[in-house]
Amino acid sequence: MIPLGHYLFVSAVLFAIGTAGVFLRRNLITILLSIEIMLNAVNLTFVAFGRQLGGFDGQIIVFFVMTVAAAEAAVGLAIVIALYRHRESLNPDAFTALKW
Amino acid sequence: MPETIAFYVFSAIAIGASALVIGQRNPMHSVLLLIASFGALAGLYIQLDAPFVAVAQIIIYAGAIMVLFLFVVMLLNAPQEDAAEWDRTHPLRQGVLARFGSLLALLLVVELVWALLGTSDVDRPVGEQAGAAGSVRALGKVLFTEYVFPFEATSVLILVAMVGAVVLARRESDES
Amino acid sequence: MMESFTAVVPMLCVTVAALAVMGAEAFRARGENLPVGGLGIVGLVGAAAASVLLWDRNAVSFGVIKADNFGLFVTMVLLLVGVLTIMLSAPVVGRDGLPKGDYYALVLFSIVGMIMMATANDLLVVFIALEILSIAVYVLTGIRRDDPQAAEAAFKYFLLGAFSSAFFLYGIAFTYGLSGSTRLDRVGAYLAAQSLSDDPLILIALGLLLVGFAFKISAVPFHMWTPDAYEGAPAIVTGFMSTGVKAAAFAAFARVFLSAFEPFSGDWAPVVWLLAAATMVLGTFVGVAQSNLKRMLAYSSIAHGGYLLVGLVAANEVGKAAILFYLLAYAVTNLAAFGVIALLGAREAANDELRDYAGLWHTRPALAALMTVCMLSLGGLPPTAGFIGKWYIFSAAVGAGYYGLAIIGVLTSVVSVFFYLRVVVMMYMADGPAATSAPVETPRVALAALAAAVAVIFYLGVLPARILDLAVASVATIF
Repeated sequence: MIPLGHYLFVSAVLFAIGTAGVFLRRNLITILLSIEIMLNAVNLTFVAFGRQLGGFDGQIIVFFVMTVAAAEAAVGLAIVIALYRHRESLNPDAFTALKW
Repeated sequence: MPETIAFYVFSAIAIGASALVIGQRNPMHSVLLLIASFGALAGLYIQLDAPFVAVAQIIIYAGAIMVLFLFVVMLLNAPQEDAAEWDRTHPLRQGVLARFGSLLALLLVVELVWALLGTSDVDRPVGEQAGAAGSVRALGKVLFTEYVFPFEATSVLILVAMVGAVVLARRESDES
Repeated sequence: MMESFTAVVPMLCVTVAALAVMGAEAFRARGENLPVGGLGIVGLVGAAAASVLLWDRNAVSFGVIKADNFGLFVTMVLLLVGVLTIMLSAPVVGRDGLPKGDYYALVLFSIVGMIMMATANDLLVVFIALEILSIAVYVLTGIRRDDPQAAEAAFKYFLLGAFSSAFFLYGIAFTYGLSGSTRLDRVGAYLAAQSLSDDPLILIALGLLLVGFAFKISAVPFHMWTPDAYEGAPAIVTGFMSTGVKAAAFAAFARVFLSAFEPFSGDWAPVVWLLAAATMVLGTFVGVAQSNLKRMLAYSSIAHGGYLLVGLVAANEVGKAAILFYLLAYAVTNLAAFGVIALLGAREAANDELRDYAGLWHTRPALAALMTVCMLSLGGLPPTAGFIGKWYIFSAAVGAGYYGLAIIGVLTSVVSVFFYLRVVVMMYMADGPAATSAPVETPRVALAALAAAVAVIFYLGVLPARILDLAVASVATIF
């Protein structure tokens, strides 16, 4: 059998990949995908712990996380569409409006 | 033994595909690779005795959420990224911050490995305490008794997301 | 059986109001003007009545929602924020052409999420509540679709919000893995038994949860999203999210860290100490350099988050009550200040640069006077709510032996008085763009809301004892 630590390690690596993606990528879609990777990494942790602890808690929490991921994806993509619309219709220089 | 092999194969696919997702310039390829990664994760869930989660993973994540992503990528018709003006939109994408961020990610892995090594019961095989196999009936029972409040709260969440997505993505001319 | 539903009644009232707003909007005849904001206020007042009735009952519903006095106090603050926001929005929504039904529904839904977060006794519910309120607020940030700046702000806010909730969730996963449950009482029981061991996984869980909360309360160094999100959003939405989101996040923060993770306070208190110090210093000193009023108030709200963190570090009886008192004082004051900014804006121009306020007293004396009170209260000058709030926070810090924090707090407060007074001086200057523009009548609903807010500010500043007693009684129930 596979030790719990192996699963946690895989999920930690996935989470780190997601984190790195958010920092490194420029494409808005890829950044959203990176956040999805992070959430999936957490899901793996939940299922692995849930298996070890027995009971269904871990698996059920994963369903909630999936719902949250879906909601976040919907709103995130809607914001991306709104941004794109402005980029098309407006002078891109308008994007400098907010300094960082 | 086949279990061990399966674990390593699925893990390798999941990690490799995810790494490629953030290594792609073309968001279309990224989305497709992520679907592969999610498929591998579903394999891991089956190994963890959570077949229902595995199915949901395929249907909801790979089937619904990723299709939504694909749809938006096609809608925006933006296979090539790196439009210069987007950089300013990205809050974290600045020379120093990006390096700092990757360092942070690396640190996270190191830290987690350290934590896992320091914890005693992680070496225990996960199968040992198999309390309950993933029967959908039992799962549903717990979901609708113990977790009924979060379940109802989720409905509010989805409603908010729906209203929000419509508000943001609707065309300007629909107003008034 | 009925008993088990009582704790969720306040949020149920608000949910029903939000659904009613959506329904009214859906069946509205074209061109008909419905007072949907009024529906929202009815729901909020109903929720407030329910909260008053629940006081001292310690009702628990479904095992995960705990309407103890602490949660109810924060609920009342959130409902007050909601009522004021809706009243102040009335003139703004029409002026800026915001989608009316959607706007009010999202405000109400985010209040549902906030109340849920403040009363949740389960980490999973905290997470879902956090998502409800965050998603609603992301959308509210970008609700002005004709404004590219709003879309950009919404994306930044969304990105860092989603990023931080992933960290928060990872923290929940480890907490669950260790203690076998997400219920705070069970987690607390597990941690209390472990308080002598230093299992690194506990520290990881603690750290990840802390990062998640720090993002939401915009503590330095997790504040990067705040100035942009606050500046890009419509002013009234900024007022709403800088008070409501912060109050809800602080309530959950305090509940998780002062109850379940209390046995490990030796591990997290030094970290929060650092966060508090950095937040107060950066918020104040960067705030001084701003020329845009909204951006200045964004940094000011970061600094105020730092003062609240001081109360959390000091975690003694006074400190815990001071957090609640300060939340109320800050929420009312900050919301009123952003309300004034919102009222002074126009669809074409936000008019939120500092120089736009020059000579305001000569054209719109009422707004200038109200703004003055808000600035004095934010600066912590007597006889306003801000003064009493800061007084209790710092005396709590001194009482708990955190002299360093108290000194940093007092010094940054003194510096911050400078930039608040700059606004006041500006408004009374004789010449400026505002002095020459034609006087405009301020809508009566909004004026009533501002007057009520100022009345609360003075009430808390002059006669704080009653509310303070309530705050002390509130924290006594859980910690």
